Amino acid sequence: MSARVLVGVKRVIDYAVKIRVKPDHTGVVTDGVKHSMNPFCEIAVEEAVKLKEKKLIKEVVAVSCGPQQVQETIRTALAMGADRGIHVEVSGKDYETLGPLQVSKILAALAKKEEASLIILGKQAIDDDCNQTGQMTAALLDWPQGTFASELAFEADKLKVVREIDGGLETIKIKLPAVVTADLRLNTPRYATLPNIMKAKKKKIAMVKPADLGVDVSSRLEVLKVDEPPTRQAGVKVETVEDLVGKLKEAGRV
Amino acid sequence: MGLFQKCTRLSLRSSYMWSVCPQYSIAVTARETPDRALIVHWTQHRGVHNSRQLGANPANPSAAPPRLPFSRVTQEDLSFFRALLPGRTITDPDLLKSSNVDWLKTVQGSSDVLLRPKTTEEVSQILRYCNERNLAVCPQGGNTGLVGGSVPVFDEIILSTSLMNQVFAFDNISGILTCQAGCVLENLSHYLEERDFIMPLDLGAKGSCHIGGNVSTNAGGLRLLRYGSLRGTVLGLEVVLADGRVLNCLATLRKDNTGYDLKQLFIGSEGTLGVITAVSILCPRKPKAVNVAFLGCSSFQQLLETFQCCRGMLGEILSAFEFLDASCMNLLEKHLKLTNPITECPFYIVIETAGSNATHDEEKLHQFLEEVMTSSLVTDGTVATEATKIKALWSLRERVTEALTHEGYTYKYDISLPVEKIYDLVQDMRRHLGGMAKNVVGYGHVGDGNLHLNITSPSKDFALLAAIEPYVYEWTSQWKGSISAEHGLGLKKRNYIYYSKPSEAVALMGSIKAMLDPKGILNPYKTLPDNIN
Repeated sequence: MSARVLVGVKRVIDYAVKIRVKPDHTGVVTDGVKHSMNPFCEIAVEEAVKLKEKKLIKEVVAVSCGPQQVQETIRTALAMGADRGIHVEVSGKDYETLGPLQVSKILAALAKKEEASLIILGKQAIDDDCNQTGQMTAALLDWPQGTFASELAFEADKLKVVREIDGGLETIKIKLPAVVTADLRLNTPRYATLPNIMKAKKKKIAMVKPADLGVDVSSRLEVLKVDEPPTRQAGVKVETVEDLVGKLKEAGRV
Repeated sequence: MGLFQKCTRLSLRSSYMWSVCPQYSIAVTARETPDRALIVHWTQHRGVHNSRQLGANPANPSAAPPRLPFSRVTQEDLSFFRALLPGRTITDPDLLKSSNVDWLKTVQGSSDVLLRPKTTEEVSQILRYCNERNLAVCPQGGNTGLVGGSVPVFDEIILSTSLMNQVFAFDNISGILTCQAGCVLENLSHYLEERDFIMPLDLGAKGSCHIGGNVSTNAGGLRLLRYGSLRGTVLGLEVVLADGRVLNCLATLRKDNTGYDLKQLFIGSEGTLGVITAVSILCPRKPKAVNVAFLGCSSFQQLLETFQCCRGMLGEILSAFEFLDASCMNLLEKHLKLTNPITECPFYIVIETAGSNATHDEEKLHQFLEEVMTSSLVTDGTVATEATKIKALWSLRERVTEALTHEGYTYKYDISLPVEKIYDLVQDMRRHLGGMAKNVVGYGHVGDGNLHLNITSPSKDFALLAAIEPYVYEWTSQWKGSISAEHGLGLKKRNYIYYSKPSEAVALMGSIKAMLDPKGILNPYKTLPDNIN
């Protein structure tokens, strides 16, 4: 198989960090806050590297869109086993308004340019929870999609995907080229070991601009306001059942 | 009543877990036959009584001595406590159960009363009363001690700090925190982290241990390498003495050279000189950048060279240097299903850096890693900068103690040695014990010269214990090490104090104890050897 896999990796605020809303309510505080690779993107990278180790695919290319800092995220993917990286430069206002529609246009353009036959993405990012990029990319390319994948296997020239759905598990077979989005149980991402971290420093990260790919990153969405969820009210402890009934009546619940 | 009858009665009282006969510290399960108890009885009294070195029970120095003639708790006493601490005088045997047994489930007392004061004043009244009545008291924090010092030996009244969990004040310019002794270490860490500071100490038991207990045992932990010991970071203490007097030395000053520094007496005194009720402690700023590297070495010599390299290249940002051996990793994988992030190696190192600038620290760390990799000091490793991954790597070191508990009975030794000799002890013990022990593992604060030597057997084995002790202490003494680096002496190691302290020093300790607690009611049978008088 001379397959090339494109893996999208997103740089997000680390999952363990406490999120704070900016005082002007236009967004969340990102300055000086710990960022890391989106956990579902890690799973996507792990799956791609596994396929390469099984010799089912030839090359893993890690892609990220954003300012200079996303190169760290691409390096992490390289340290996990990706062969080379592509940094799509988007910064400033454009980066703040970058969303699934623009990213999927970029990924579609890259997939064509790099002649990729498989795109693996995380099912969603933990900062926006959109769960749209994979599906939109597939639509733009007119490729089949296997989303919420918890198992992936090659069968002849098709891809068998076991999907996690509300009712349980759904198994589908899709033709390549295809888009797959990774769910939690697909695999456990490996730790990047030192020899690989050292090797990763020498791997190439190509820089490219959205304009070079013919993509317009302007957004058609405007964020009006960002608020914290309402603070949880403390509960009230009562001593007797009568008190409980009384309180429920007071609150108009009974 | 003969030993036989005592142990039968107790084996009926014990339920599913290992129980210890309070009189003679024998582990008797409900299944063991009485004959075994008789054999043990004979073994213990076989020893000659003249051994000044090994206490009242030379054949088994870690066993409890006979009960001293303290008063027993009466209904009158209970009425007094109930009036003083309404709803906080516990006499229910089910509730008392967990406070009567240590975390390792190796020692068990038979206390009938657990008191939960909320204020220093209440503690003062309790101790004044107990002193008058000649009732023994066992102060108890989070009950995570590893030397049997935190639970009663007989029927001592348990004085718990669990309701004394208020933070009094925090000054975010000086970084000085003042709080009650019953604050749980992890809670204090969270409190401080919100304010951009951290506690100067950190240990695996953080979710349960109380700061008062930490101070009473002069706990070391994982950050000692960077922030020093509690003897430096504790600025003041409030202590209630045996007769109820409140000693308020709760200064919040970094420097105060006015007279003798009394708080140093109580730090590490394991509850035998006074009950600590409040602490003021100096806290460092929360580091902006924390990185953890998990490395594998193929020999202990290479581990030591890695340490030297680390000191040289990471120096001021180094905040922890811990090790564990391959046997520890096997136990973690076997019992806790943790995964080894790197390839199998004979030794593993956990290195933590903490600094104020992420880019600078990463550069230093990467240079160090490149150096140790290219020079083959290290065969494999991984690095983490994200909080979740850092936690995962740390758990490989912090949960070894937990993994060991699944192997049966653990014989724990906390030894300070010259750093080059640390692993020699582990290898020597393996040779010496042969097939008698199931596991002989070594891990610990290698950066501080502190080894945690642990040996396991499916159940408590007296023959194995006899092979280990006093061999391990003699070995330690030969290299002028400490037989208890940070765990303290408690019940189990009190009689071994002479291996690390000269008799004049121990005699002076006895004088101080007699002066501060003439009736000896504070945590009796602990810390000082049986023959102290």
